[in-house]
Amino acid sequence: MGNLFSGVSAGVLILVILTLAVAGYFTARQRALASVAGDSRKLHSLPGFYGYNAAMCVAIPALIIMAIWMLVQPMLIQSSVIKLIPQSSISEGSSVNLVMSDVRRVAEGLDTAVAQGAMTQEATNTLRAETTDIRAALAGIGVALGSDVEAPVLEAAQRYRALTLQGNLFRTLIVLILAIAGLVIALRLSKGDFRARNVVEAGVKTLLIISASLAILTTVGIVLSMLFESMNFFRLHPWTDFFFGSKWAPNFRGDSDLSILPLLWGTLYISVIALLVAVPIGLFAAIYLSEYAGPKVRAFAKPLLEILAGIPTIVYGLFALLTVGPFLVNVFGRGENGMLGVDWMSGATSVLTAGLVMGIMLIPFVSSLSDDIINAVPQSLRDGSFGLGATHSETVRQVILPAALPGIVGAVLLAASRAIGETMIVVLGAGAIARVSGNPLEAMTTITTRIVSQLTGDTDFASPETLVAFALGLTLFVLTLGLNVFALYIVRKYREQYE
Amino acid sequence: MTDMPISGAKPHGGSLLTQDDHTKKRNRAEARFKAYGIVAIVLGLLMLVILLTTIIGRGTGAFQQTFVTLEVPLLAEKLDKKGNRDIEDIKKVSTFGYAPLMRAAMEQKVAQTVGETTLSGKEMAALLSKDAAAQLRNFVLVNPDQIGETVEFEFLAQSRVDGYLKGRVSRDEIANDKNINIAQLDLVDVLVAGGSIVKRFNLSFITGSDASDARPEAAGMGVAMLGSLFMMLVVLVLALPIGVAASIYLEEFAPKNWITDIIEVNISNLAAVPSIVFGILGLAVFINYMHLPNSAPLVGGLVLTLMTLPTIIISTRASLKSVPPSIRDAALGVGASKMQSVFHHVLPLAAPGILTGTIIGLAQALGETAPLLLIGMVGFIASNPPETIAEGLMSPNSAMPAQIYEWAKRADPAFYERAWGGIIILLVFLISMNAIAVLLRRRFERRW
Repeated sequence: MGNLFSGVSAGVLILVILTLAVAGYFTARQRALASVAGDSRKLHSLPGFYGYNAAMCVAIPALIIMAIWMLVQPMLIQSSVIKLIPQSSISEGSSVNLVMSDVRRVAEGLDTAVAQGAMTQEATNTLRAETTDIRAALAGIGVALGSDVEAPVLEAAQRYRALTLQGNLFRTLIVLILAIAGLVIALRLSKGDFRARNVVEAGVKTLLIISASLAILTTVGIVLSMLFESMNFFRLHPWTDFFFGSKWAPNFRGDSDLSILPLLWGTLYISVIALLVAVPIGLFAAIYLSEYAGPKVRAFAKPLLEILAGIPTIVYGLFALLTVGPFLVNVFGRGENGMLGVDWMSGATSVLTAGLVMGIMLIPFVSSLSDDIINAVPQSLRDGSFGLGATHSETVRQVILPAALPGIVGAVLLAASRAIGETMIVVLGAGAIARVSGNPLEAMTTITTRIVSQLTGDTDFASPETLVAFALGLTLFVLTLGLNVFALYIVRKYREQYE
Repeated sequence: MTDMPISGAKPHGGSLLTQDDHTKKRNRAEARFKAYGIVAIVLGLLMLVILLTTIIGRGTGAFQQTFVTLEVPLLAEKLDKKGNRDIEDIKKVSTFGYAPLMRAAMEQKVAQTVGETTLSGKEMAALLSKDAAAQLRNFVLVNPDQIGETVEFEFLAQSRVDGYLKGRVSRDEIANDKNINIAQLDLVDVLVAGGSIVKRFNLSFITGSDASDARPEAAGMGVAMLGSLFMMLVVLVLALPIGVAASIYLEEFAPKNWITDIIEVNISNLAAVPSIVFGILGLAVFINYMHLPNSAPLVGGLVLTLMTLPTIIISTRASLKSVPPSIRDAALGVGASKMQSVFHHVLPLAAPGILTGTIIGLAQALGETAPLLLIGMVGFIASNPPETIAEGLMSPNSAMPAQIYEWAKRADPAFYERAWGGIIILLVFLISMNAIAVLLRRRFERRW
């Protein structure tokens, strides 16, 4: 019996609860109608609400408890099993977390063995590391282990499995009891006088509030997940060196130079070039479209510029690597064969390549934000300026732009924040060499590129080379958040209220 | 009273009918300013045109592939040694065993068309893709009764041959190339003239699975498309209800206090967070903490849901705001509760706007690459299409943008061409989704 209940998986449990909820809906509705002898006008709420009430009482407490249980159970089991691992099992250069993941893998392997029928449940409990070669046995059913299984690891794995089975059993029992209790309570309440609609609507409102709070949960999740691993990183690598050192050279021997300054330089350099391209073009395009252009030109040009915003950044990245890069090499490099006859640029990836393409990507961003802001300047200012005899360009330059300036500065800052956080264009277009140099024709790498390269491939979450990516991500998040907040502050502080 | 100054100097303005220098300068400045604006717009549109022509020019080549027509005698003594057509015995013959058959077929074809040649059988067979033996074997396993017959096949040609016919590979550049030599190219020319080698539309680029580094000619986008489809399914199922629920709360029910302010600030901040930070979140929470499978479309879908949520919330709030208050008041007037008025009256009327906002949000999510790289979808060869929905969600797969990035990383011009072709497919999806959104908006738009 215990095996039956503990073997019930989470998916089956959810299905059972949902079926109970549906059954509860129909039963409660029937009961409510029966309590007023079928005359639904005598009910406080529509009959359906009594049903929804029952469905909520069944499903919501049970599902919430199940979710909390499933989140908490692994942590509790992990903390109790870790105590079983003796210090002697932790070899040189390893950590207790690595041994713990070995334990988990052995436990999962034993689960697979039982599921496939290669071992019986009792056999897994009586296994001993000295008598059986666990690694070979598991390899026979397709589970690969990195090293031989020692006695303490096997014991820990067996205890892990036992605790998980027990936990699952209790989870199933408690959730089922909650669901059935909810059903009983709701059915008892289903009488004509019960204010079902108020209860159901309060429940729905709570669900709406929880959905809205998901945004906060996401932000908290982002900050906490990066903070956690960054703390781990700063324990392994001094933070002064990370923020103020000058070299970025990770290597897996362990004595890496991991400092953010070269990456920050690359990021800022590329963003500056991108803004130098995007802001003049975007701003002038916005001014022309909102001030000078007739409705036909506007209807034609604005959507076309918006298309540039909808193109995925991987397309821009490929464009940078395969078209703009070679073109620039043709112009600035290749000695006698090139256009200028100079040999300043050797590779297709460079700051200029990535900066140019990122500028193209940002043009619609700057243009549409500026367009909105310029349109928001009231017509009376323009009319007053024309009335004094100014030409249209003088009006724009001396009246409208100063009035719209806070908004435009905000738009530029938002574009800068977008440029700093951009990944695909720089991964493909900027290269992997971390250096601090003023030459835009050289390859320089950025924060986002290094995050991608440190977290893909072989990742060992105990080494500083992998954990540095979290510290980089946290810095990037704080930087972009700061820019956005600063942009909002400037717009709010300096904007003129005209109406 | 005139404007004439006491000193008797000429008035500054002069006549309205003749322009003086100052006015001319101002008019010239005006014309220059206008020209700047036009130049800016033209530059922007020029970039768009260059981008699109590059994509189409470089990518359409990927939809055509070179095929070699060969008659291959399926010799029974090589494929079915025992002679009893037992499928298990036939399966034991690996692709290694099929290679001599193809070599023989190739030699025969060359003998028929060219006659004498200096190439060895191995060099002749090297014109075919390394995938060809697998294709032959699959055919034999499905039709074991054809053993002993001579069947005509269309095999993929090797990527250098394909490149030669597309202009990518030229005779002067292959001196150091170990995959092809001049004599083989001569043979290709003869076979093309004879009609045995053709370049035609290749459907398996769109529907097939990815292939390894050595076989760019066999690489296809189909499995990655399925991965993207499953991810979009997850995003739709999760982001739409949660986004609409959050918008309804913020728009209709939220009181004006500091908690609501914090929620709104959070949503607008999340819309501006770089996508790679979401990737880090996905890695840390979904893969490391919740131990979901690496590079599964489910994990990708969860990360993209978090990214699309702010977009959907913002567009849903705009649609809800556009429903006039008279509708709400009328519903309350006939006795509905606030919740009933929102769900039965406001929401259905705002539905078209919500739908278009969702489609646009999905289109943005389709093109995202950076978070997918961090959850493991890079360096993965998507070779087998998933069989069931559960497998499609949980087994490792690739996605369209990640596949394009993977092809771009392989640094082979044949793969670059396929990356451009993949971009064309991706853009076709995006354009159609955006067009559907615009059409729906125009069809269902109501003017209040």
